[in-house]
Amino acid sequence: MLEVIKQPWPWYVAGPLIGLTVPALLILGNKHFGISANLRHICASCFPGNVPFFQYDYKREIWNLFFVAGIVLGGVLAAYFLTNPAAIQVDPRLAQELATYGINDFSGMVPVQLYSWDSLLTARGLIMMVGGGFLVGFGSRYAGGCTSGHSIMGLSTLQWPSLVATICFMAGGFLMANFILPIILNN
Amino acid sequence: MQPSFIDNTAGFEARSQDTICINESHLQHKWYHNFKYLIVGVLFGVGFVKAEVISWFRIQEMFRLQSFHMYGIIGSAVVTGIVSVWLIRRFRIKTIYGEPITFAPKKFNKGQVYGGLLFGLGWALTGACPGPLFAQVGTGATVVAVVLASAVAGTWVYGRFRDSLPH
Repeated sequence: MLEVIKQPWPWYVAGPLIGLTVPALLILGNKHFGISANLRHICASCFPGNVPFFQYDYKREIWNLFFVAGIVLGGVLAAYFLTNPAAIQVDPRLAQELATYGINDFSGMVPVQLYSWDSLLTARGLIMMVGGGFLVGFGSRYAGGCTSGHSIMGLSTLQWPSLVATICFMAGGFLMANFILPIILNN
Repeated sequence: MQPSFIDNTAGFEARSQDTICINESHLQHKWYHNFKYLIVGVLFGVGFVKAEVISWFRIQEMFRLQSFHMYGIIGSAVVTGIVSVWLIRRFRIKTIYGEPITFAPKKFNKGQVYGGLLFGLGWALTGACPGPLFAQVGTGATVVAVVLASAVAGTWVYGRFRDSLPH
């Protein structure tokens, strides 16, 4: 049984499991699934400054910080007890493209040749880690939610603004992955 | 019940903009009741790792249309969510504390377009949206803490300049 769990899970197992988070949170306490809100709660709790956007009682949202603490813990458990020893199976077309940028190590969930403390202070590392993180945080709050709040929770409740947001997430991603990222990786 | 902090965000409709909990419970629970959300988070996090949702490579494949995997996951998650929410509404299912489950409509504003595009650019760069970022740190990719810190900074900058941005 454990051997089966250690294999990479197919989409038709993982997708419904992720989707079940929506009713689980609703039934446990009428909570709405949305992860990027935690980034705001961190701002509100640690450095609200004089910004009205961060003046609210974040303590009422503490359930969500427990939820993301659980995600971190889930990452720990999966990495230390449920590891699949084989390297990730990358599509040959992607592997071929990445090889032209010198990326050929597929052993980790994040490419170790791009995401490491050593590469943090290179131009490529700064753009991808610091720049990418900034865009994720700024964009998700500007859009009013991220893939969890809009693409899963919003679409589950049939909200058309969430469909607009999801289409824009995908459009931005297509643009970056196919046109901008190759330029960044070439340098 | 309207939480009081909503009044503090002047300018425009704040509730639709924020995935903040607007369904306040009237019950007062001890803090350790929050551990049930931690357990849901653990299951969710394990699923993220085991299905390779947190893999930078899977996200790149998705945006290059080289793999069905991520589309299958998001699609089946949404279908599961739609059916669950329909069942909750249809049978007026209550929370485990017997309180009604409520939904609030999201309102459209231009932020969903501009912010959505910016988020998408960041998603393809980091190969992770906020949930996977937390899970990646858990798997031992400690440098992702820098990405998360930068995401918190991005959120703060948005909050600071929110009123000057088109919505």
